[in-house]
Amino acid sequence: MQKRAVVTVVGKDQIGIIAKVTNVLADNRMNILDISQTILQDFFTMMMLVDMANISDLDHLLQDFKKVEQELGLTINIQREDVFQAMHRV
Amino acid sequence: MSIAFTEIQETIRMVQMESLDIRTVTLGINLHDCADSDFKKVKEKVYNKITSYAAKLKPVAEQVEKEYGIPIINKRIAITPIAEILGSATREQAVDLARTLDQAAKALEVDFIGGYSALVHKGISKGDQTLLDALPEALSVTERVCASVSIGTTRTGINMDAVGQLGKILKQTAEFTKEDNSIGCAKFVAFCNPVEDNPFMAGAFHGAGEGEAVLSVGVSGPGVVLNALKRYPNVDLGEVSDIIKKTAFKITRAGELLGREVAKRLDVPFGIMDLSLAPTNAMNDSVAEILEEIGLERVGTHGTIAALALMNDAVKKGGAMASSYVGGLSGAFIPVSEDNGMIKGIEDNALSLDKLEAMTCVCSVGLDMIAVTGDVTPETLAAMIADEAAIGMINKKTTAVRVIPVIGKSEGDTVEFGGLLGRAPVMGVNPYSSAKMIQRGGRIPAPLQALIN
Repeated sequence: MQKRAVVTVVGKDQIGIIAKVTNVLADNRMNILDISQTILQDFFTMMMLVDMANISDLDHLLQDFKKVEQELGLTINIQREDVFQAMHRV
Repeated sequence: MSIAFTEIQETIRMVQMESLDIRTVTLGINLHDCADSDFKKVKEKVYNKITSYAAKLKPVAEQVEKEYGIPIINKRIAITPIAEILGSATREQAVDLARTLDQAAKALEVDFIGGYSALVHKGISKGDQTLLDALPEALSVTERVCASVSIGTTRTGINMDAVGQLGKILKQTAEFTKEDNSIGCAKFVAFCNPVEDNPFMAGAFHGAGEGEAVLSVGVSGPGVVLNALKRYPNVDLGEVSDIIKKTAFKITRAGELLGREVAKRLDVPFGIMDLSLAPTNAMNDSVAEILEEIGLERVGTHGTIAALALMNDAVKKGGAMASSYVGGLSGAFIPVSEDNGMIKGIEDNALSLDKLEAMTCVCSVGLDMIAVTGDVTPETLAAMIADEAAIGMINKKTTAVRVIPVIGKSEGDTVEFGGLLGRAPVMGVNPYSSAKMIQRGGRIPAPLQALIN
């Protein structure tokens, strides 16, 4: 069964953001289902839909994200997809 | 993907910038089967039942909050009103049981356990009286036990004998905890028309109509509503109501989703969603500031009640559509010490005790977290409770009193309660006596409103 989550990445554009973030996802056995990315006034914003059905340790993933956040000065969020469905769809 | 980026950003902004959170998930547990003629066994059964039923409450809630990225601030427990299982226990034993509850709460790392309660709105049973007698000591020797007493309902009227006792109990509790700003009183609430499934403290208990165990949720979110209104500074009041409605809908949906997930993982039924806007001392997370954003220079001035009525009603309309089971208190809370805007209103002399009392006519719940001068008489405290109860009784709504007579402090001082309980300016009370009325005792008969069959 799929358990989908939305990963959002926001920060100043620089080399290697997608590489580092997707590496973390691969290391934590998370499959990427959809990616969209854009640059808004120098700001890199990326949104990914991922399948977290195989994830064994959410804390580990969050720690990995934290490292990337600090290294590249980004803000990374991950939230289960249904929360957006619940809040923004009747 | 059907969700737009702006919508995702909106959710993230609500959590990170506007203090959107789930205020509490509260697990209600029935303790009726813990009654026993041997008091040692009662204690043992109560402790074991609570700690086994709620064993996973905190870890499960923490896991869910991580997965959904929305914080669940408090994990709490509500239990059967303890007076119902006291039987022929003594006062000392009842205090001992409060200690047991405190230990259970500490073992489970929940911040409050509510239900050290008695329902005496019509009469006082033996167990009820034991609990009333035990209250001052129980509240002073425990940290996390919350108590409540129901002293009136629309259907029964107001039990003024019990009200009179509560005045003394409050004063005594304040004396017992005077080293800590009389904080014992902050864990006690007197109710008229209490609800059986309220997830918020200090008034939570697991009512007689409830099942074995049930999970109920209370959301928060004044900050989110405030920020939504700030984006539309010049719209008319109909649109203000609409903005609040839409925002309340989103907040409630998030709360219901997380609540249901926690309930599912704990394998207990989901009870209700309480649609109360509960403020905190966090920056901008204030109900008073919403009222000011609607157009008041300072909360407490003329127009406050109209603005509050509009806001409270809009929150309910938005929330009622968002959740399949709405219950609890479901209205705006106006606790003074937990709301920076209310504190400022009092400090600026815009907001008075009388105005706060009037505000409770149009919102839940009542005089909440209000510090009054330490030299207040028990009769005056009782009369304050009676006034609030009368508002609730006649208007068929829940009202409550959680006032703290702070021993050694007088009008104009400020007291710190710490943590979620915040800080409060000490307010003066009416200097004229109500003693004669309280001394009369008896019961205020049920009003005409009760005759609805």
